[in-house]
Amino acid sequence: MLRHINFTVEEGETVVLLGRSGSGKTTLLKTVNGLVPPTSGEIRFEGRTAAQWEPVEMRRRMGYVIQDAGLFPHWTVEANIGLVPRLEKWEPARVAARVEMLLETVGLAPAEFRHRYPRELSGGQRQRVGIARALGADPPLLLFDEPFAALDPITRYELQQQFLELRRTVRKTALFVTHDVREALLLGSRIALLRDGALECLATPAEFLASHTPETRAFLACLEVKGRPN
Amino acid sequence: MNPSLAPEILSLSLQHLRLVAITIAIAAGLALPTAVLLARRPAARRWVLSFTNIAQTIPSLALFGFLLPFIGIGEHTAILALSLYALLPILRSTLTGILGVDPAVRESAMAMGMTPRQILWQVELPLAVPSIVAGLRIATVTTIGTATIAAFIGAGGLGVFLVRGIAMMDKQALLAGALPAAAMALAADEGLEWIERKLSPG
Repeated sequence: MLRHINFTVEEGETVVLLGRSGSGKTTLLKTVNGLVPPTSGEIRFEGRTAAQWEPVEMRRRMGYVIQDAGLFPHWTVEANIGLVPRLEKWEPARVAARVEMLLETVGLAPAEFRHRYPRELSGGQRQRVGIARALGADPPLLLFDEPFAALDPITRYELQQQFLELRRTVRKTALFVTHDVREALLLGSRIALLRDGALECLATPAEFLASHTPETRAFLACLEVKGRPN
Repeated sequence: MNPSLAPEILSLSLQHLRLVAITIAIAAGLALPTAVLLARRPAARRWVLSFTNIAQTIPSLALFGFLLPFIGIGEHTAILALSLYALLPILRSTLTGILGVDPAVRESAMAMGMTPRQILWQVELPLAVPSIVAGLRIATVTTIGTATIAAFIGAGGLGVFLVRGIAMMDKQALLAGALPAAAMALAADEGLEWIERKLSPG
């Protein structure tokens, strides 16, 4: 599945894992939080290998956002966002204050949204709640698995801007999986391009734009609007 | 209808209810934990479901008859047989409920650092509740019906009227057994459906 992958994510940067469907980008993300254990090699997080971490404790230090948010349908927005703080046994008052703060951070009015259920939200709002939930107990690392892929282009754009805004304010380290090269160029400090389970290129957006490997070219071709009949 | 039957209808109805309540309590007590265990064990799940399926296909009168030489006549034989029948719907629907939880929800629960036990109690079981209640409903309604046959092996209940009605060609006795049983089944159906709706998320 995955092979010859070796890179370090620096504190505060966003590394985008870019690749086609089946390139292994989601699998790579899931090896980071141990949902898919690697058959060989090791993952280090905060200086400790995955084997040295208690998996549950490690995952609580890695926020996780997936497509369609994966919110708990039987819990309110407030209960969803407060999950990890509750698991970490925070005082209820502290959880409530944190939830309120996070709702504001992701641009949802706490009074209006706190008591809603996921089904009472639009796709974009659910995704904002998903991000707030991932930020729950202020984890140092955030993992995003194509979080905006199912959204309409305008909502997606708004959430991408929100993501950039968040990065300015909360300064989190992030791994971000996408198959959308525009999104990769917009959000990534660096882009890790995967092809058939191997790392083909690891570059800043500027370097990526100038790169000429077959796979980078294939992705960059998606940016052009050439070939449109007049 | 002969009003002198009223006290007997009442007492046999209560006895019938007792049979059903004990049966459902035993079946649920066995089926719920079994379903939770089987939810994570696909291989064992096949075996257990086949067994409960087979138990379900045995005609109830035959099963009563089969159990008689081993544990004799009376209430406990009836309850054992009825519990066997009630197992399957509860087991199956509980499994359906747990396995039907959106994989994305289970995955985020795990990725957020919930332990398997927390996922079971806080996510899977609450989301399976409507399905579990649906299973209880089917089991209860069918048990109310099947329990009438228990009178043939001396377990009492409303079936007593049916046995008497058939033996003596007594239409009134037949009705005295059938009507309360039907009413009980309808009431259980409505009541549990109401609970099912109340507990459905959203």
